[in-house]
Amino acid sequence: MSLIYDRDTCTGCMLCPKACNFGAIMKDGDKVKFDFDKCVLCGSCEEVCPVDAIKIERKKIDPSKIAEYKNVWVFCETTGGRLRSVALELVTKGRELADKLGERLVAVIIGSDITGHAQTLVHHGADEVLVVDAKIFADYTTDAYAIAMTSLIASRKPAVVLYGATSNGRDLAPRIAARLGLGLTADCTGLEIDEKRQLIQTRPAFGGNIMAEIITPSTRPQMATVRPNVFKPKEPDTSRKGKIEKVNMQVSPVQVRTRVLEKVSEVVEGMKAVDEADIIVCSGRGIKDPANLELPRQLAKLLDAAIGGSRPIVDMGWLPPTQQVGQSGRTVCPKLYFALGISGAIQHQIGMASSDTIVAINKDPEAPIFSIADFGIVGDLFTVLPEVIAEVKRVLDSR
Amino acid sequence: MVKIVVPVKQVPEVTEVRMNEETGTLIREGVPSILNPFDEIAVEAAIQLKEKYGGEVTIVTMGPPQAKDALLKALAMGGDKAVHLTDRAFAGADTWATALTLAEYIRKTEFDLVICGKQAIDGDTAQVGPELAELLGVPQICYVRKIEMSEDGKNVTVHRGTDEGYEVVKAKLPVLLTATKGLNEPRLPNIMGIMKAKKKPYEEVNIQTLGTNPERLGLKGSPTQVRKVFAPEKKKGGIKIDAENPAAAAKQLVEFLTKKGAI
Repeated sequence: MSLIYDRDTCTGCMLCPKACNFGAIMKDGDKVKFDFDKCVLCGSCEEVCPVDAIKIERKKIDPSKIAEYKNVWVFCETTGGRLRSVALELVTKGRELADKLGERLVAVIIGSDITGHAQTLVHHGADEVLVVDAKIFADYTTDAYAIAMTSLIASRKPAVVLYGATSNGRDLAPRIAARLGLGLTADCTGLEIDEKRQLIQTRPAFGGNIMAEIITPSTRPQMATVRPNVFKPKEPDTSRKGKIEKVNMQVSPVQVRTRVLEKVSEVVEGMKAVDEADIIVCSGRGIKDPANLELPRQLAKLLDAAIGGSRPIVDMGWLPPTQQVGQSGRTVCPKLYFALGISGAIQHQIGMASSDTIVAINKDPEAPIFSIADFGIVGDLFTVLPEVIAEVKRVLDSR
Repeated sequence: MVKIVVPVKQVPEVTEVRMNEETGTLIREGVPSILNPFDEIAVEAAIQLKEKYGGEVTIVTMGPPQAKDALLKALAMGGDKAVHLTDRAFAGADTWATALTLAEYIRKTEFDLVICGKQAIDGDTAQVGPELAELLGVPQICYVRKIEMSEDGKNVTVHRGTDEGYEVVKAKLPVLLTATKGLNEPRLPNIMGIMKAKKKPYEEVNIQTLGTNPERLGLKGSPTQVRKVFAPEKKKGGIKIDAENPAAAAKQLVEFLTKKGAI
C-alpha cells in the first residue's frame, strides 16, 4: 500500500475524515485509522493534513525530461472523408490551452483524401496542421492509426495530446498510451492549465455521481479523450494563417492486423446523430406506439434537431441503436434537450443531465426527470406536444 | 479448442451510489457490489464460444479480497477457473497500471482470445481493454456486438459498433475483443452452477508470485493521479407547470426557450 500514516506526528485534528470522499478514514481513539478496502488513494487527506502525517507514494518525476515536451496537439477525426464536429471543438479548446501555455497548437489529421480539411483547422485556431493522407488510412484501423500517431508523438514530443471521446478516439488513445507508457484520462468534460503548467483533466465517475480532477505529473505528453459537444467550436476566422505539413507515413498492410470487410450505416436517412446535435428530441415509453413518433419527428424537423430514444424504445426496435441516449447508449450534452414521456431513471440521466436546457413533458408529476428539468410540463404528451409544435412553428415563422 | 481469458472487475452498483450532500462524501454503505455488467456479457460470450468449439475459459480479476464474489459469479455462469490478482501493492492503480498487472499474468498463459467488457460502470473509461491488448502485443477490436469464429478456429469475424452503425471486422487469433450490449443476454447462474463454482480451480496471485517490480504497479506505477474529487453541481429542477390548458402551457414553454436563446 502506498499510503503511509505517521500516527506519532498526527495531532488528531480530524480534518482528514471530513476530507475523505470515500468514508475510508475513521476516528481511532484520539487519532485516525484507515480502511484500505475503501481507500482509492485520491490524496484528499494528504492535502488537508496540516502536519504532513499522511504521505502517499507516487510515481517519481524527472523534471528535465518533462521540459523537453512542448505544444498542444489535437487529433482531428474524420469519417468517410468528413471532418467530425468534435475536431473543431478540440481545436477551439486546444487553442485556449496553447495560449495559456504560450505554445503552439498543432492539429493532426489522418485519413485518405482529407488534405482539404487542413485549412479549416487553421481557420478555427491551429498554428500548424500535420496531414497524414494515404489510402491505408481510408478506413479507421487501430493498428494503422496507432502507428502513425505514436511515431509522430515520439519524434516531435508534444506536451498535451487530446482526442475526441468517440468510438474511434476511445479505441485509439489507450492503444497509444500503452505503447508509449503514458497516462490517459477518459471522457473529460473540463480541461485547464494550472500554475505548474500541468493539464488539469476533469471527468465524471461513478455514473456521474462524482467528479474527479486528474493530473499526469510524471509522463509526457499528457493525454486525454474529450467528450464531444462539451466545448463549443468558435466561428472560423478565414484570415488566419498557419503551417500545413504533409507527413509521409509508411504503413504496410501486414502491419494492420484487422481487416474491415464491410461498413454498415444504421443512421437512418435524414436522421441526425445525437452526439453531434445542438438540439435533441428524445422519446421514452410514454410515446406508446412507434406510429406516435411522428410527433417528435415533426418537432425535430422544425428545430433541425436529432431524434433520440430511451433504452426501452430502442430495445423494442422503434428507433435504431445509434439514437439511444443513456448509460448503455450515447452520452449527450446538447444546448436543448426534450424528454418526451421519459420518466428519467438514473441510467437515462447519466446520458443527458449535462444538457444546457432540459424540457420534460410527462403525465406523472412524480417522474424523476422533473427534478433536473429546466422547464417541466405535467400533462398528456399527445395533447401538449401538438400545441408545442404549433407554437414553435408560429414563433419561427414570425422571425 | 479455444483458450479464452476474460478479465473482469467487481464494481459498486453505481445507480445506487449517492453523494452525502452535507459532507460531500460518497455514500457506499449498503451499495451492493456486482460483477460489472459489460463483463457479464464478456463471460457469456466466452462460455458460448466454449460450448460451440470446446476449450477453456479463465476468469481473471485484479482487486481486493472481496472481489472473489465477482469471480465466483463468473464461475457459476460457466467459467472453468479463476485467477485473483490481489495485493496491497496493486491498490490505487490507474488504467495503465491495471492493464500492466493483468498483462503480467496473462502473458504467461496460453490464450487464443481475450474478451473484456467494453468498460466498467464505475470508472467508465473503456481504456483497460485496449491498453491490455497493446501490452500483450495482440490486436484489439472494441465494442463487439457479434462474434463468429471460423471453422478452423484461426480467425474471428465480428461486428464492431461505431458511431454510425457497425463494421464487419476480421482478425487472426490471438486477438482481444471488448464486448458491448447487444452481443448476448448473459445467463443467470443456476443452483448447480453456484455449487460447482466453489469447487473450481481458484488461484490467488500476489506481488511475489506475479514477480513484477512493485514500483511499476499500483499507485506508484500509475502515470495519472486523482488530485481532487468533488460532488458535481447538482442540476435543480426549474419551472414546473400543469398542462390544464395545453395551448397556454406550450406558449409559456416556447417563450421560456426563446428568452433563453435555446431556439
